Amino acid sequence: MNTAERNLALYGSILIVSLAAPWVFPAYQTQLAFLWVMVLFALTWDLVGGQMGYTSFGNIVFFGIGMYVTAVVQRNLHFDIEEYVHVAGAVDMLKPGEYLTGLFLGLGASAIVAVIVAAVLGLCILAMGMRGQYFGICTLGLGVAAGELASGWEYIGAGSGMVTPVFPERLGERGAFFYYIFFILAGIVFLTVKWLYAGRFGLAINAIRDDEDKAEAMGIRTTRYKIVAWCISALFLGLAGGAAGHLVGFIDPTEVAFAGATFGVWMILMAILGGKGTLWGPVIGAVIFHITQEVFWTYLFGWQRVAMGALIVGIVVFFPQGIMGWIRERWPERFGYRVQESTISSASEGGGA
Amino acid sequence: MTGQQLMVEGVSKRFGGVVANDNISLSVPEGSIVGLIGPNGSGKTTLFNSIVGYHPIDQGSIRFEGREISGLRVTEIARLGMLRTFQQTRVYDKMTCVQNMQISVPRKDEGFGAMFSKSHPKIMKKADSLLAFVGLYTKRHLLAGDLSFGQQKLLEFAMALMNEPKMLLLDEPTAGINPTLINGLIDRLKRSNADLGITLFVIEHNMRVIMDLAEHIYCLAHGELLAAGSADEIRDDQRVIDAYLGAY
Repeated sequence: MNTAERNLALYGSILIVSLAAPWVFPAYQTQLAFLWVMVLFALTWDLVGGQMGYTSFGNIVFFGIGMYVTAVVQRNLHFDIEEYVHVAGAVDMLKPGEYLTGLFLGLGASAIVAVIVAAVLGLCILAMGMRGQYFGICTLGLGVAAGELASGWEYIGAGSGMVTPVFPERLGERGAFFYYIFFILAGIVFLTVKWLYAGRFGLAINAIRDDEDKAEAMGIRTTRYKIVAWCISALFLGLAGGAAGHLVGFIDPTEVAFAGATFGVWMILMAILGGKGTLWGPVIGAVIFHITQEVFWTYLFGWQRVAMGALIVGIVVFFPQGIMGWIRERWPERFGYRVQESTISSASEGGGA
Repeated sequence: MTGQQLMVEGVSKRFGGVVANDNISLSVPEGSIVGLIGPNGSGKTTLFNSIVGYHPIDQGSIRFEGREISGLRVTEIARLGMLRTFQQTRVYDKMTCVQNMQISVPRKDEGFGAMFSKSHPKIMKKADSLLAFVGLYTKRHLLAGDLSFGQQKLLEFAMALMNEPKMLLLDEPTAGINPTLINGLIDRLKRSNADLGITLFVIEHNMRVIMDLAEHIYCLAHGELLAAGSADEIRDDQRVIDAYLGAY
């Protein structure tokens, strides 16, 4: 099999399995939908944290923002705000058309708001030259601050959170509906980062990861690349958050939206487990992590957090490189890192440039 | 003065109480090879850092092609066509040699859309020919971090050439390289100057190298400009000899 055929077989089988999954396992539709959310988390985190080397603990901010913006658009479009808050969302069910209009307008708004926030934060943090641990701590603060702000803001339900409208029955099963939304979104993210990593953008953010001072000394506009990378990450996290809010149905400011201690940490762990800075690593890491986590919930209930903690320690100690990183180190030739003994054909006599 | 590509006038730089550069003036003519020597801690690298905008200077002016650059940042100066290499080599460890080359293309006219473009085949070809020029062609698909120190220095030099600079500031290009490789490197430095017209401004400790390479040499000691002249003049200058033997 040549490369093209192998790719076709790989992507084809993933596509078939993914499309069939909610019908083969109807009882697990929501969990399967969350599997794609996890893939989205890991891929968007890895863009900045892995490929660019900027360990961010605050990406969850964009997820939460997306969640709230979509819910607010949906609410303000169809309901009287005071009444809606008063009865906590227990109002008349929306027609399918209304629900979808609200959802997709909300998602659009989420994407825009998330990118704007990322650009502003980027100008404040990245353009000021914040690097390394300082960047990490700074973003950690962002996640905490966002959760606190949301908990105190009446307009979005403050500490008691927000309820999204009931999913209209005529649209079918909620789990399956959102499963496909997240599947499509995750697919788009994967293809987007694949395309980005194959071109100049990928090279530039890799250069920033390896040696930012050198990159600057070579004239690369590092700040621009850093902010754009963060905005791309925020764009998809905003979209994911918007849909996730509607899937969960209830938006708690610190447990669901700005869930730094769970989602916020998991997105980093999944990328590390699979191999940060690789294309497939985050995907593999997310799948393994999500399945392990669900198994822990099922079989180790009561101890699931302890088991998860032990897993996290295990990942960092034994898989600092991640699965893909380990494979790449073990078989570098398979990734094209090899000595090429054949002599240069046209260039040898060229000498200089 | 015409023909002077780089003009440094009265530049001073202090770090707290330490005067690293004190009122230094020098100039580098276009198309020349100029050397900068001096004992350890005499302020050579500080001067380089000042010139390329790594830190602000306390006094004086630095002009590149007639334009004041002492207020510009590192990336802006690099895009004007003045590039530096580092004393401790700096390459992108986790990227292959070819990728190191691809990312080193000139950035002068890069617009927003160019961020998302692919490398042009012409760039690949140029990367290959420059890697062949420094003798790293067979290793071009190895990670730069896996190369030996000397090879990384050669790669860094090739990356600098890839950027098509008008002027290159080389900080100890031969430090840590074995004698055989040094001869090859000197030859390549001379060729890049003669064939590509790149002005070279070189910090070097190896006297044989700098005497062979540079037409004009400046010598620093204790942050001050001690002497200037041709290689022969510098070699016979008693002050320079004293500085190196520790009389200062």
